Amino acid sequence: MEQLLQQIASGLASGAIYACVALALVMIFTATDHLNFAQGEMAMFSTYLCWQFMQSGLGFWTALAATVALSFLIGVLIERFILRPLAGASVLSSVVVFIGLLAIFHSLAGGIWSHTIKQFPSPFPSTTLGAGIIGGHQIGMVAVTLVMLGLLFSFFRFTSLGLAMRAAAQNPVSARLVGVRVDWMLALGWGLAAAIGAVAGAMVAPVVYLEPNMMTSVLLYGFAGALVGGISSPGGAVFGGFLVGVIENLVAYFGNLTEKLFGVYVIGNGEKLTVALIIVITILTLKPAGLFGRVITKRV
Amino acid sequence: MAALLEVEGLKAYYGASEALHGIGFTLAQGGITTILGANGAGKTTCLRALAGMVRRLGSIRFDGRAIERLATEDIARLGVAHVPEGRGTFTGLTVDENLRVAAHTRRDAAAVRDDLERVFAYFPRLKERVAQQAGTLSGGEQQMLAIGRALMLRPRLMLLDEPSFGLAPLVVQEIFRIMRRINEEAGVSVLLVEQNAALALDLASEAYVLETGTVVLHGRAADVKKDEGIRKSYLGY
Amino acid sequence: MATSEPLTASAAAAATLALLEGQRPATAPEQVPAAVSLPTVTVTAAPTSDQRKRTPLWIWGAALAAAAIVLLGGKGGLISNFTYLQLSLVLVYAIAVLGLNLLTGFNGQISLGHGAFFAVGAYTAAILIDRYDVSYLLALPAAALVCFVAGFLFGLPALRLEGHYLALATFALATTVPQMLKYRHIEGLTGGVQGINLIKPDAPFGVALSSDQWMYLVVLAMAVLMFWLARNLLDSRPGRALMAVRDQPLAASTMGIDIARTKAITFGISALYVGVAGALHAIIFEFVSPDSFRFDLSVALLVGAVVGGIASLPGALIGGLFVQVIDKYADALTKMLTESVHLPLELEPWTIYGVLLIALMYVMPGGVAGGLAGLARRWKMRAP
Repeated sequence: MEQLLQQIASGLASGAIYACVALALVMIFTATDHLNFAQGEMAMFSTYLCWQFMQSGLGFWTALAATVALSFLIGVLIERFILRPLAGASVLSSVVVFIGLLAIFHSLAGGIWSHTIKQFPSPFPSTTLGAGIIGGHQIGMVAVTLVMLGLLFSFFRFTSLGLAMRAAAQNPVSARLVGVRVDWMLALGWGLAAAIGAVAGAMVAPVVYLEPNMMTSVLLYGFAGALVGGISSPGGAVFGGFLVGVIENLVAYFGNLTEKLFGVYVIGNGEKLTVALIIVITILTLKPAGLFGRVITKRV
Repeated sequence: MAALLEVEGLKAYYGASEALHGIGFTLAQGGITTILGANGAGKTTCLRALAGMVRRLGSIRFDGRAIERLATEDIARLGVAHVPEGRGTFTGLTVDENLRVAAHTRRDAAAVRDDLERVFAYFPRLKERVAQQAGTLSGGEQQMLAIGRALMLRPRLMLLDEPSFGLAPLVVQEIFRIMRRINEEAGVSVLLVEQNAALALDLASEAYVLETGTVVLHGRAADVKKDEGIRKSYLGY
Repeated sequence: MATSEPLTASAAAAATLALLEGQRPATAPEQVPAAVSLPTVTVTAAPTSDQRKRTPLWIWGAALAAAAIVLLGGKGGLISNFTYLQLSLVLVYAIAVLGLNLLTGFNGQISLGHGAFFAVGAYTAAILIDRYDVSYLLALPAAALVCFVAGFLFGLPALRLEGHYLALATFALATTVPQMLKYRHIEGLTGGVQGINLIKPDAPFGVALSSDQWMYLVVLAMAVLMFWLARNLLDSRPGRALMAVRDQPLAASTMGIDIARTKAITFGISALYVGVAGALHAIIFEFVSPDSFRFDLSVALLVGAVVGGIASLPGALIGGLFVQVIDKYADALTKMLTESVHLPLELEPWTIYGVLLIALMYVMPGGVAGGLAGLARRWKMRAP
């Protein structure tokens, strides 16, 4: 029982990270109808930037703030200089460009910082709560995520810039007609997505360690979370992220349990990605609109 | 009266094909002008060209300023409010948000609130539905919302595309009555594109008739309305 | 129009694809080509049918020249065994890129996960040869069959997915495959993390060729066969249906083409091609392991397809060449670049891939083959 609670707690903790990534994906998707396959690698690159800042003597939070700002800028620049000229190009072109970005960020990180695994410090105390059910870093992860989500929610809900961004994402033509600079809203969306990714990276790095592949499974679970919630629904993405985090840990838990009870190994941590794949395929085929999303109708 | 809008040799393109073949017209300050013509004559294209939504050539002067090279959002910010065909409301936003988004660049919250109240004075029904998602409104209410949203831009010129489309006659009459009030009370000039020529000629003071992308006729609305020949050959009623 | 086609060829292609015809009303078929001739909205360079008809000569010529290399170069000792291996790998990747082209270029379905089918083909061959002592010549068709079924089955649910979503599903597949190969209960078959070691087959009947030379001939023969089949498939009625689905899905379905079935079968055929390539790779490389089939491989195939030209048969050969060259010489190339421009970091092959992918989308969306064809057209127009 205690183990089960423990698994749920750590599921929520990793779910927080998946929720961030899912939110970043949804943000770009609602604005541009594109799935950003490079989102994970961008977050990984940001995490290296954060590490670099800390190496140069900055404290964790200062380094993170600098990273978030720099990532925002990188996101804006990518949109303006790489994606803007391809606006209106085919789906294939955009997918290819995203894969190109993925390859560039991945290899640049490896080239600059090498492929060896690095320790990444946690800013949170290592004490545990509730008789070892949840650790300090896990609570910190969830708290940081919730604070960030709250800020984002307020930004979109209560500021006129946030309103303009929502309008631009919903109906770019009408948004232009009321004076919204839609192009800049897209760039802003990219910047925000990159900034969210940076926070997610810095939160997950103490757990998975810093290396160029650190975001592979996180991205896949982020996609799964976004799909579960409905790829066009920010609230759904957050919920979906937490949900897949819990599912991931429960699968491992029950896998462990069956092995103990029946002596048969069925599934475990080694099948982490496979579980994500199954979630992705299942949702895509059975409920493509997710739990909260609108049905995406195809324009012919 | 000084001209608010002067258009000369305006051509517009969809891809490589030319949809407007160099039309010209002027619109008086404070006036209501209507553009009439059959389906496919280029009426909607004309409005879209003015609002910067299609590729265009020629000269468009708004209040003495050349706007033919400006982007859609900059034209809107100058005070040319386009109410598109099909209304183009943000269906996922609330009525309140739909209206506020048109004022998103303005810092003065009190002035924005005043403008909101003015819109609600014209369209009391919008006030009743202020927290509803725009997608749940009826067609007539959506049209009102689209006009209200345009008003939030504090426009000097409103480009209205088929406001009567798909609406019941009573609702259309209500909307046209309000348009006259907006024109008279707020001093907003109107360029109206309308399928329903009789209705448009009642509201407008000037009329242009388009046929396959060129102006074939221009005159005072009252004269056009009286002339049975014009009505029969161009307006089909 | 059927008279200008080689009769046996289209018959063969039609036979392989007879399944496609299943649910088409009897009155519709003659109208199908009309759908193809409608203007396309994709950026891919769709070769006209007469362009396609010219390719076989080109392929036969290239194949003859390539075979001659063995007889002349090998005998004179001019070409080392290592070079034969490299040449074989070029052809192997060309077959894989061709498979991806069929799906993405000609049928309009985006796959980021063809490395997965490459792995399935490679493992099928390796397991059959190593664990069950099956001859490599039988392992090849077996791998093809397994991959066709795997591709078809994956394609079935995937059919409902458009553009980005299919890309996402295949992306997930590609990143997962190495992990699946390590699954504990199939370790007995797959060898787990260790993978499987193979021994390259010798030339049969005491033919005086080294095993690298012999396998080069085998790979060459397979490549010619696969290209020949692909060309005839595309020239056949099912092939035109396949392209109609890409260009005008609505029109295609009103003309009686079963879109779902066409897409799933195309997915299967595409996987079959990649699976054959994977099997050949396992045999000539003498080794398979989960980490040989990471996402990198899927990216490399995509790069090959895009560089060569996503809807071009000769482009697949260029793509295969490119994949192998980058794979082999990226380190040297980046070292050279790093030293000459004094870059403060080590460039990796993926950087080149990424920059090229993005750059190509700007300057040459039709790939190298499309770009060359465009240049040729311009040159012809200028010439009197």
